[in-house]
Amino acid sequence: MSGLMVIGEISDGKISSSTCELLNAGQMLDDTLKEGVVAALLGSDPGKATQDAIAHGADKVYLVEDPLLKDYQIDAYLAALEKVCKDTSPSIILIARTLIGRDIGPRLAFRLGVAVAQDCIEVKIDPNTKGLVGNRPVYGGNAMAAVTFTQLKPHIAIVRPKSYAALETDGSRKGEVVTIQVKLDPALVKVKLIKSVKEPSEGVRLEDAQVVVSGGRGLGGPEPFKDLEVLAKLLKGAVGASRAVCDAGWVDYSHQVGLTGKTIAPDLYITVAISGASQHMAGCSGAKVVVAINKDSSANIFKEARYGVVGDWNKVLPAFTEAVRELTQS
Amino acid sequence: MPINIIVCVKQVVDPETPASAFKVDREAKRVVPASGVPPVVNGFDENAVELALRLRDAHGGKVTALSLGTDFVMDVMKKPLSMGADDLVLLRDSSFSNIDSFGTAVALAAAIRKIGNYDLILCGRQASDWDNAQVPLGLAELLGLPSITTAKSIQVRDKTLIVERALPDGYDVFETPFPAVVTVSNEAGQPRYPTLRGIMMASRKTPITWGLSDLGLDASAIASKLSLLDLFIPVTQKQCEFIEGENDADAGRKLALKLREAKLI
Repeated sequence: MSGLMVIGEISDGKISSSTCELLNAGQMLDDTLKEGVVAALLGSDPGKATQDAIAHGADKVYLVEDPLLKDYQIDAYLAALEKVCKDTSPSIILIARTLIGRDIGPRLAFRLGVAVAQDCIEVKIDPNTKGLVGNRPVYGGNAMAAVTFTQLKPHIAIVRPKSYAALETDGSRKGEVVTIQVKLDPALVKVKLIKSVKEPSEGVRLEDAQVVVSGGRGLGGPEPFKDLEVLAKLLKGAVGASRAVCDAGWVDYSHQVGLTGKTIAPDLYITVAISGASQHMAGCSGAKVVVAINKDSSANIFKEARYGVVGDWNKVLPAFTEAVRELTQS
Repeated sequence: MPINIIVCVKQVVDPETPASAFKVDREAKRVVPASGVPPVVNGFDENAVELALRLRDAHGGKVTALSLGTDFVMDVMKKPLSMGADDLVLLRDSSFSNIDSFGTAVALAAAIRKIGNYDLILCGRQASDWDNAQVPLGLAELLGLPSITTAKSIQVRDKTLIVERALPDGYDVFETPFPAVVTVSNEAGQPRYPTLRGIMMASRKTPITWGLSDLGLDASAIASKLSLLDLFIPVTQKQCEFIEGENDADAGRKLALKLREAKLI
């Protein structure tokens, strides 16, 4: 078994940002491994994305084309990936912990009879064994674990998005494209998508926002979120929330930041009445500067914050917002 | 048509344990339970029990809760029963002490086959200790069943399940024949509180307990494929600068000025 394989995702004819990140991670591992980095791309017309994958770090692309692979469908994608893995015997597989990666990664591992290192924020190669080592947060970020595998290969890591930067696009990179023939039987498709309902949030997308203003349970109800929206608008940012707030129905789940919500990495993260439970912090560990407004000086959020105000948000927030308005509009 | 559901539940360290009380024995690579903080049923598993009970209440059938572990706290593990589940099956064996996700799925799949006569396997979307989210998908592979993850609602229509899958910006609606494995997310809604009657009924029920040999398995079938090299509490380097003022409003104003000074706004 040889070679490092990144399972790619395609959107709009290009490889996704998390795939770019994994190709970079793969190249870093390959400095030790020296077996080459391969991207596996699946779709009804994935050919357009092959050059994109090569320009972002793939040395080779394995391509599977089939009308059944037009959109992600777990049963068809699994059958195709199983064939790719069995035909090409990679020693390491990297999968992004996206909606698709979370859904298919563990099933692929079980189908191949191997283990997965889940939710890694760092992956390394042990220079002696050439085995994969994954570092990952556990217990909601309260602890870190380093895990490794037995000799059984491939070693599979599912990597948290935004853990690695993407390489700059290099159009001059060359790579081989190999088509893998897979016969997919339409009867294997068991789970069928019958409807897709989009509930897009207004304004700046939370995941892309440079500034995020989040509220927690301490706000006491849905009303104060209007004030957070005013502040977010002034800073051209987006509004986030803790899971408790979403579970209480104060704001829609599309605002949820945390381990099971959205992962954000803004330049500035302003939290209001958020205690900073580890489950929440796991969704914003990439934030560059955290600001906390909370009445409890022992709240965990102050351990993560660069700047903090201990006080009643009812009084702090209006004055803060007003001052921000003056400063940003003058 | 009655529907028989097996819900997999896990006893976990209370995720609300304050960070200051969270301790790790680095030598033994284990979490040291905080004193006075009892374990809980994984939150997402309670969401799964809730969906199971709603389906049973609507269609009839039976809900069996299934768990695997070594140190069960019976008051904790009986919660699905007190919420209204019909049976509780506990897999308990000393060989489970260092079991990984792969072995867990193998043992649970064997138990599910032994329980038999099931239409639906429900699990929480992930457990709040290791957040792996892979045992349910392993069950789907081992039992040869379709899988749908992060459901917020499930309906039964004829011989199919209609599942709404929660997404960050909306939801997808899937259809699948059953039996199937479905994982449940918190968007499914708050789990019901046990009633007094439910607690009384649960206290009278004795869980069915099986060991590894009852499942027809030997230690090699559940041998770990992953090993833990290290487990530690990360040290944070961050130093919070507290902004103070004459009063809370003044502190708010000064905070804005500070952020301006730091060129953050």
